[in-house]
Amino acid sequence: MPHFTKPPEGSWTEHFGLDTGPVSYADSTSPAHYELEQDAIFRKTWLNVGRVEQLPKNGSYFTKELDAANTSVVLVRDMEGEVRAFHNMCRHRGNKLVWNDYPGEEVSGTCRQFTCKYHGWRYGLEGQLTFVQQEGEFFDLDKDDLGLAGVNVDVWEGFIFVNFDPEAPPLKEYMGRLGAGIEGYPFHLMTQKHTYKAEIGANWKLFIDAFMEFYHAPVLHAKQATDEESRKLQGYGFEALAYDVDGPHSLVSSWGGMAPPKDLGMVKPIERVLRSGLFGVWDAPDIGELPEGLNPARHPAWGEDSFLFFPNFTLLVWKPNWYLTYHYWPTSYNTHIFECSLYFVPPTNAYERLQQELAVVTFKEYGLQDGNTLEATQTMLESGAIQEFPLCDQEVLLRHLHTTARRYVAEHESGQPGTPVQISAAS
Amino acid sequence: MPTLPAAFAELEPFADWALPSEADRYAKRVQSSMDELQTFYDAAFPRLEDGAEYLKGVALDGISDEDRSLLHLFEALVTVSFPVEVWRQPRVPDSGASSIDVVVEPVP
Repeated sequence: MPHFTKPPEGSWTEHFGLDTGPVSYADSTSPAHYELEQDAIFRKTWLNVGRVEQLPKNGSYFTKELDAANTSVVLVRDMEGEVRAFHNMCRHRGNKLVWNDYPGEEVSGTCRQFTCKYHGWRYGLEGQLTFVQQEGEFFDLDKDDLGLAGVNVDVWEGFIFVNFDPEAPPLKEYMGRLGAGIEGYPFHLMTQKHTYKAEIGANWKLFIDAFMEFYHAPVLHAKQATDEESRKLQGYGFEALAYDVDGPHSLVSSWGGMAPPKDLGMVKPIERVLRSGLFGVWDAPDIGELPEGLNPARHPAWGEDSFLFFPNFTLLVWKPNWYLTYHYWPTSYNTHIFECSLYFVPPTNAYERLQQELAVVTFKEYGLQDGNTLEATQTMLESGAIQEFPLCDQEVLLRHLHTTARRYVAEHESGQPGTPVQISAAS
Repeated sequence: MPTLPAAFAELEPFADWALPSEADRYAKRVQSSMDELQTFYDAAFPRLEDGAEYLKGVALDGISDEDRSLLHLFEALVTVSFPVEVWRQPRVPDSGASSIDVVVEPVP
């Protein structure tokens, strides 16, 4: 007997028109498939590379390493205040343009122009080539033809996205109904930022899988609750309040009675004193009305909504008025860089700072458990000893993600939209 | 020379926990024994309620060195609360060699 209502079809999986058979993770264990994903997904879709607060004034810039698209980009706010993106590459001999000390490390700062370290060629912030060392030595060189190679860039609700496909649909259209539903959320008020990074020994989709289902939470994270509470949680298991799917994107909406908890005995001693924990600071700041797209089930026990904007951008909005983002940046078929940023309304005093620290550190403790589990999954999947795996209805968004990713690859290979795909081992 | 506000002078022996970055606080935690973590927790936790009240009156802009140290000391208590209250070991169980490292954090 479900605690929360399911759609009339009897399951979320069937409601979204997805197959219910066992699935294969062959899309996560093959270097050849990963190469296809690079072209079909990471060079085709809108990729979130940061937020406008990272470009606070004209001349502010940051670089982003995008192994999955096989490039590095530089994002800059030009002298007119426009956000621009370029391949991070000098037009002269192909040297990486913006970097310090280590070419593979991301950098940020403020400048009036970009100067190549190699031969001193200079570019304005709009990308135009402005200076060539010993220009007279070149043959028929026209500086107007040698600006930086631009990349499609757009901003949605303060989130900066790039796209390497010149034919890509506009970002707002790409974000679809799920994106439209949370427009107006005051992301711009939540400028207190903590960012964590980890190198994960698993395919990028497998870690998304881990965060798009909470079926694992009562078991893997059992010790994070008090013993009695933990036994109770495992007894209930996990059911989401609601799932939603729109095109390649998805949403899981979950309950969360822990901020504050009904009974203080449910939480650890330090949480009782600091009134904070995994779900955030119990005393939420006032941010006004929430947009319609949050808490789609309109359930009073609502705790958080976790959106996956395909391919690799998770936006998790918590009831106590803060949010976090996850990004999964592939570096090979079985490795990726995981980035998490937690955003709060800036604390008004040192106590609120300490409350936020408890939420941040709690996230990290959970994340460490999740990350290591994933490496264990990847190595066994690569053994190939078992080819097919069941997924339950609470894992519907994994099914949706793998189906979506396979569809992008299949359509890219066939050149036909709507190419049917299967994610069972038979496919 | 005292590094903490006078009202918290008894925590001076633990002032070495008042580290400015989460990375440093976590590193000190995993390099400590459970006895060391428990000793720090047993001394600092009973003062956390008073500390919270005190820190409510402390603005982050222009925070004094002593108040900043007290904030960092209680941030370290947050870090240490997990092994003491939950894990019974300094590291997160089953976390093996994996690490998640802070790359951006507010100051203070």
